[in-house]
Amino acid sequence: MSAKESTLPSVCDAYEMVVGLEVHVQLLTRTKAFCSCSSAYGAAPNANTCPVCLALPGALPVLNEEAVRLAVRAAHALSATVNETSIFARKNYFYPDLPKGYQISQFDKPLAEQGKLDIGKNADGTPITVRITRVHMEEDAGKSVHDRYSGATAIDLNRSGVPLIEIVSEPDMRSAREAGAYLRALKQVIEYTSVSDANMEEGSLRVDANVSARLRGETKLGTKTEVKNLNSFSGVERALEVEFARQCEVLASGGTITQHTMLWDANRGEVRPARSKEGSHDYRYFPEPDLPPLRLAPAWIDQSRMALPELPSAKQARFAADYKLTPAEIEVLTADAPTGSYYEAVVKAGADPKAAANWVIRDYKQAANASPDPRVEPISSGSLADLVKMVSNDVVSRSAAAKIFTIAVQTKEPPLDIAKREGLIQERNEDALTGWVDQVLAENPDVASRFRGGDKKLQGVLVGLVMKASKGRADPKAVNQLLSARAAAGE
Amino acid sequence: MSAVAHVRDAFARMAEVDAGPTGLNCILWTDEERALADAASVDAAATHGELAGVPFVAKDNIATTHLQTTCGSRILEGYVSPYEATVITRLRDAGAVLVGKSNCDEFAMGSSNEFSAWGPVLNPVDRTRVPGGSSGGSAATVAAGIVRIALGSETGGSVRQPASYCGIVGVKPTYGRVSRFGLVAFASSLDQVGVFGTTVHDAALGLEVIAGRDALDATSADCPVDRYSTAGTADLKGVVIGRPREYFPATLDPRVAARCEAALDLLRARGAEVRDVSLPHTDLAIPVYYIIAPAEASSNLARFDGVRYGLRVPANGLREMYESTRTRGFGPEVTRRILLGTYVLSAGYYDAYYKKAQEVRTLIAQDFRAVFDAGVHLLFTPTTPTPAFEFGAKSDPYEMYLNDIFTATANLAGVPAISVPIGDIDGLPIGGQLIARHFDEQTMFRGAFALEAARAGAR
Repeated sequence: MSAKESTLPSVCDAYEMVVGLEVHVQLLTRTKAFCSCSSAYGAAPNANTCPVCLALPGALPVLNEEAVRLAVRAAHALSATVNETSIFARKNYFYPDLPKGYQISQFDKPLAEQGKLDIGKNADGTPITVRITRVHMEEDAGKSVHDRYSGATAIDLNRSGVPLIEIVSEPDMRSAREAGAYLRALKQVIEYTSVSDANMEEGSLRVDANVSARLRGETKLGTKTEVKNLNSFSGVERALEVEFARQCEVLASGGTITQHTMLWDANRGEVRPARSKEGSHDYRYFPEPDLPPLRLAPAWIDQSRMALPELPSAKQARFAADYKLTPAEIEVLTADAPTGSYYEAVVKAGADPKAAANWVIRDYKQAANASPDPRVEPISSGSLADLVKMVSNDVVSRSAAAKIFTIAVQTKEPPLDIAKREGLIQERNEDALTGWVDQVLAENPDVASRFRGGDKKLQGVLVGLVMKASKGRADPKAVNQLLSARAAAGE
Repeated sequence: MSAVAHVRDAFARMAEVDAGPTGLNCILWTDEERALADAASVDAAATHGELAGVPFVAKDNIATTHLQTTCGSRILEGYVSPYEATVITRLRDAGAVLVGKSNCDEFAMGSSNEFSAWGPVLNPVDRTRVPGGSSGGSAATVAAGIVRIALGSETGGSVRQPASYCGIVGVKPTYGRVSRFGLVAFASSLDQVGVFGTTVHDAALGLEVIAGRDALDATSADCPVDRYSTAGTADLKGVVIGRPREYFPATLDPRVAARCEAALDLLRARGAEVRDVSLPHTDLAIPVYYIIAPAEASSNLARFDGVRYGLRVPANGLREMYESTRTRGFGPEVTRRILLGTYVLSAGYYDAYYKKAQEVRTLIAQDFRAVFDAGVHLLFTPTTPTPAFEFGAKSDPYEMYLNDIFTATANLAGVPAISVPIGDIDGLPIGGQLIARHFDEQTMFRGAFALEAARAGAR
């Protein structure tokens, strides 16, 4: 975790921060929640729209089953209880990018309730757990574009009707750092289960934070404010500290906190109150009459839980046990599901687990980060396994292997072919080695005579010179053996 | 007769009765050229559907792609839907030809057709009287002989009540029987597309074509559709008809009661057993209806905000634009119901109104289930407490709402119901209502065919 140390003013020392988070996650469906329009990001404005998501008169919603499948999977991944019956509800409010004048959401009976998420470990090794209140399904609104036409607002409804889940936590976090840890753990679980891209920049993961302050030792919750307009995890952490500090100052000077929506201004590093009516909507929720209650068979719910892929915590435990890796290595290898699967594929193809971990963590990650499409593996797991084995078997040197890796990423050739073509296979042929050794001794008569005179420290220098003369091809072990033999014989 | 000839006749009749300041004002939008072209392609087609060449009109709250869909409201003036309602597609696929969009109370809210932004519809039987509402335009179009089949929509009786007032047949199917895709929503949990016909057979034909599951409407039921047009039988032996006492109160107009008793006698004569039954929560239907329907309407009508389509009244700022657009775009009854619905859903009032109303709605549905479970196949009631009234007669909204007293129950319970003419009172028609259990339209039509035939035989 890379959270910066907190920079809270001393007025906060007497207070404890209490945080609950509401996270919206866009489900990775091909189509929207209630119509068959594409839910892809980045299309021309209003290209992905139809009578349903434009809310034309007479159009009706039909639930996307894939959205239900993904939402239930997310609920399972958060250990939540999936309700056999959940009810869609209308959340009514007027806004130009909300075409129906209501959002289809869930209210009284959400999809799932009572989950939890481990976000790290206490000093004594016990897990820090955040309780999840509920997971419910809803649709996204469109987007208001204020800067495209002067004096007018444009509406892009491509996002209108895109399926979301909202994951609401209990107020279980006690610092900005814990809030950050929760978000990272949540993003990891969501990615592992392929429920969402969970990409905050593209808006496929959005966070609203509820924060309050209370005197340390107090058990009752203080009055909270909701902080919105958060657009990165570090922004969440900074916004929470700024808002918490503001609340502490109000409380310390004898004031009271009013329940209010605050907007985070990332550029100024400030929170400011939203216009008052944004915080005081009466959404007039009522059951959505256009959609029957969502009924899920218990057997189907169970099946969905069984089909869940391995979650981060389980994978971390297994990597420690099976591959004897360090916690730091495990953290990198399990940060996302594809890296972990890739690593395991390399090991399964016969590479030494420890050596494979090194390659994946350094060379592979670097190449992946440099590649234009991070979803494409820069080198196949089979090729990397071959390369790792070539090093283990002294077929090539580690430095030659690094060169082969770079070429393989470019050309996708098998590592052995590259090694042969580039002349990087370590030479162990005695004649060839003897030739290079003789050459080096002849070219460096001074060193040679001191070596012959018994100065064993010079053997390393000579190996280096032989490696250089062979352009890296000589097998250093064999060269060492040869030189040791010469020294012993006094040649 | 060719489809083109049928369509020409429809337009000729329309010109005769509908146009001008003294016309019925039942049709709002037409495109004769387009209708004739549609008819020509029906005539040219290799195969002929069940309704080949039959002209029809659709209520102005059903989405059509070449005629406006304004819902009788200024807020949608000039709006043409880019997509077509499922019911329109199904009728057209069966060879029927859309000849016009019919006038209605604004957003289907009203019982007299006096609340259309485009002026009231006159009752073809007596032009000093209302045709009923909200589907008054469709009812008048059929009653005036322009078309044999028309689509309306029901939320609390908006097909059956005008059918009763205009002397024709009007059917509201089971909730979920017909797709609502393309029906502009008023109260989604109550709305169903309904059918008017000059005869029971016409109404049955229309309904069997539009009925059935539609993947575009999550509330449409996957339930087999019978051939309603063949539901008629020689007699009604073995059919038990319940006469719910709550629909025959002491205060009921004795002439209406007499027409109903005569109709029950005809049904008995055909072999039906008539049994007195009770639906004890009937008197709660109107209060419950006028909480649930406005609540849903307040949400359904939020989309008419001046942002994407329809009327926009320019103003300084967003909030002002919403206010001036909706104030100018919506008429008084729609405004009243939006306010009422917003109120009953508000924090602090939801439990006392909306939630309570839903609980009572369940009791009303249980009333029906109980009598049907006790061996009753059909219920017979008056459709309306009175025949058509004069324009302006019901200036108090609550008086107007009481018109739905015998019809709103079927919408609240979701059961199918049909209104069939059962006689005249001082030259004004009045309808009797047959109600069946969920998805048993077939028995409902069987009773309706028998009643219609018995009345014809008795005359």
